[in-house]
Amino acid sequence: MSDFLMPSLGADMERGKLVEWLVKPGSKVRKGDVIAIVETHKGAFEVDIFQEGVIADLCAVEGQEVPVGAVLARLAPSDKAPALGTLRAPANPVAAEKAPEVALAAPPSPEALSASGKPAKVAQKVSPMGPGSRAHAKVTPAARRRAAELGIDPYTLKGTGIDDSVTFADVERASASHVGPEAPAGPTRPGRGFDPLQMRQAIAAAMSRSKREIPHYYLTTTIDMGPSLSWLETFNTERLPDQRLLPATLFLKATALALREVPQLNGFWENGRFRPGSGIHIGWAVSLRGGGLIAPAVHDVDTMTLPELMIALRDLVARARGGGLRSSEMTNPSFTVTSLGERGADCVIGVIYPPQVATLGFGRISVRPWVTGGKVTARPIVVSSLSADHRASDGHAGGLFLAAVDRLLQEPLKL
Amino acid sequence: MSSPVAKPVRMSYREACRQAIRDALTNDPRTFLMGEDVGLYGGCYAVTKGLLDEFGPRRIRDTPLSESAFVGAGIGAAIAGMHPIVEIMTCNFSLLALDQLLNNAASIAHMSGGQFAVPLVIRMATGAGRQLAAQHSHSLEGWYAHIPGLKVLAPGTVEDARHMLRSALADPNPVLIFEHIVLYNVEDELDPAVESVDIGSAKIRRPGRDVSVLAYGNSLPKALAAADTLAKEGIEAEVVDIRVLRPLDNATIFESVTRTRRCIIVDEGWKSGSISAEIAARLSENLFFELDAPIRRICSREVPIPYSRHMEEAALPQTSAIIESARTLIGSR
Amino acid sequence: MTKAEIRQLALDILSSIAPETDPSALAGHEDIREALDIDSMDFLNFVIALHQRTEIEIPEADYPKLFTLNGVAAYLSQ
Repeated sequence: MSDFLMPSLGADMERGKLVEWLVKPGSKVRKGDVIAIVETHKGAFEVDIFQEGVIADLCAVEGQEVPVGAVLARLAPSDKAPALGTLRAPANPVAAEKAPEVALAAPPSPEALSASGKPAKVAQKVSPMGPGSRAHAKVTPAARRRAAELGIDPYTLKGTGIDDSVTFADVERASASHVGPEAPAGPTRPGRGFDPLQMRQAIAAAMSRSKREIPHYYLTTTIDMGPSLSWLETFNTERLPDQRLLPATLFLKATALALREVPQLNGFWENGRFRPGSGIHIGWAVSLRGGGLIAPAVHDVDTMTLPELMIALRDLVARARGGGLRSSEMTNPSFTVTSLGERGADCVIGVIYPPQVATLGFGRISVRPWVTGGKVTARPIVVSSLSADHRASDGHAGGLFLAAVDRLLQEPLKL
Repeated sequence: MSSPVAKPVRMSYREACRQAIRDALTNDPRTFLMGEDVGLYGGCYAVTKGLLDEFGPRRIRDTPLSESAFVGAGIGAAIAGMHPIVEIMTCNFSLLALDQLLNNAASIAHMSGGQFAVPLVIRMATGAGRQLAAQHSHSLEGWYAHIPGLKVLAPGTVEDARHMLRSALADPNPVLIFEHIVLYNVEDELDPAVESVDIGSAKIRRPGRDVSVLAYGNSLPKALAAADTLAKEGIEAEVVDIRVLRPLDNATIFESVTRTRRCIIVDEGWKSGSISAEIAARLSENLFFELDAPIRRICSREVPIPYSRHMEEAALPQTSAIIESARTLIGSR
Repeated sequence: MTKAEIRQLALDILSSIAPETDPSALAGHEDIREALDIDSMDFLNFVIALHQRTEIEIPEADYPKLFTLNGVAAYLSQ
């Protein structure tokens, strides 16, 4: 029997709301099966399971908020008849102290939610005082700081501290209390898209953490895209539109192969040390119309052919924009690539998505003067730019990596 | 011959002070002791009893009743290369030597551009609780903690009483050790494995998560007793023995208060301008955003310490006040 | 197909690619990519759909002719 836990769908996630079970006790599951829909402040995700077995027990009920790392379901080996359990809530659904220390973002403030037109999840302990009494409520300095971090309005809480002041613990309790049995009875089915306000908060938390904690260094290299583009043109001419490749696939594949050569850029900075990624899973930054950004992973990019990669990328972008991303795509990208595309700027100096240790940007491909063999010629060029975490690697490694990307893009046949 | 594994030794704070002086006299010919009644009488609090017989009148010197003169002599001896221990009967009387302490002991190293160190240790009795009335009961260590150039120690345990003197004599600066008169009769087990204590840091005597109680000297046992009672109510108080009043160990104090987010400072000095005032100011300067409750101070009433027992008790910080303060700070939870 | 039919087809496809937008407000000469915030992946999907619905060959070199609704209508009605 093994436990299937609430996955962390990004460094800034503390808990997720179980929206829907897609399996029940007795269901046989295989690796990759989607077993539940979980909603976070980034939106709704399909949670896929990564082992085979039979669902023995569901440990959370629909509508319940479950902390990252808490048990969602119990899984029995598929060769044994499972001892079927009943649907039940975990003994301690809150377990807020189990939430990882690194977690930054949290459920948005009640105000933010109301403004977005959704039902506001107001903290349970609401002060009888109206908004006008703000000046009289006492909130301790520690509580104010924590409330700001959690995006909670501390003046709406009931204080238990000295002189009924709102304390650090009151704020933490309020943050943990949008939970369990007291959650609204019939949760409305969330849309598959993303709430722009919630996404803004998630981006704000992750990027603030990045700039606060990560000592970035930046390197750029200008790459001649002539060989890649002429190869691509030939390739695409022979093919129908749905089999054609975009330059993005070349960027991704070259990046993946370069990461094989410089593995210290592929992984995570955790607990004061570098942990290598378990494969080359590259987060692909997808900007959303109307604002926002998400970078789900394409798995094992280094092992894929360019046509496979193109199919994966089209699927991923469609799901990123339309909803239906899988939890495994959110949990484990070990590097991120952002490509500005044909209407973008010349160059992007990226912000690393923690706990990853590097991100590579590609600007717009544009025709510029280029010197080869002593002559100036017009060539399509692209500026590639690496932002890397100086705790995990040094500029020399970054330079080797960019040189490898350049070299690989000069020989597109080998990609 | 190697001795068998040493067993813990039970001794009083007074005996620990005496053993510390004996060690110093035995191990360093530059060390001698002087003060009022330290020889024939054996010390006003009987700390130096027997030392005259053991070490003779050249090293255990009775002095005239002139604090200014014998403290000045100690400073001169230290500058000349000795490592003297000077006893002042109570800190109330040390005021007669204030000029020597501030204008000479604390200043000479600076004024001589570092040419003259003053490796002098001055021991004095401090505090109230034995009905000795206003002229023998005050806690003036906070005043001395105001002076740059001095180090100020306040042993609150038998172990610190036993080992602080050695570290103090090894220090090139003048060091003042304040021995609390109520603690002299307190007994405790001494771990023979401990041979020295550092005189640079505060020490957490009891860990806890809910409130930091900072105390020193005779306020330390009161804080520990309060923590025992509070623990039965589910309040885990962390007791930090400040023990070095100058230079204050910011790191240990800040670390504790950052964790507990609440702080009570217990100080037998008067509240106005006290060491507790200094600590509270540092906490609000540095940890403002960590605090989950106002800083509270429990100090002596601002009166000359009274003679009669019930009034003396009413004037001093008591365990019950620490308990009450902690309950209030923590609120209803 | 008439130009009006082609235009309607293009608008239908764009609506499914960028459901957050309102392609019907597009002027004929406007750059679709600018007006609807269409990136190269979206544009490729647009071309794929046009090809599948009309079975007209659209070589990559002709993509720039499809950047406006007028262009799409002209190209596919040839």
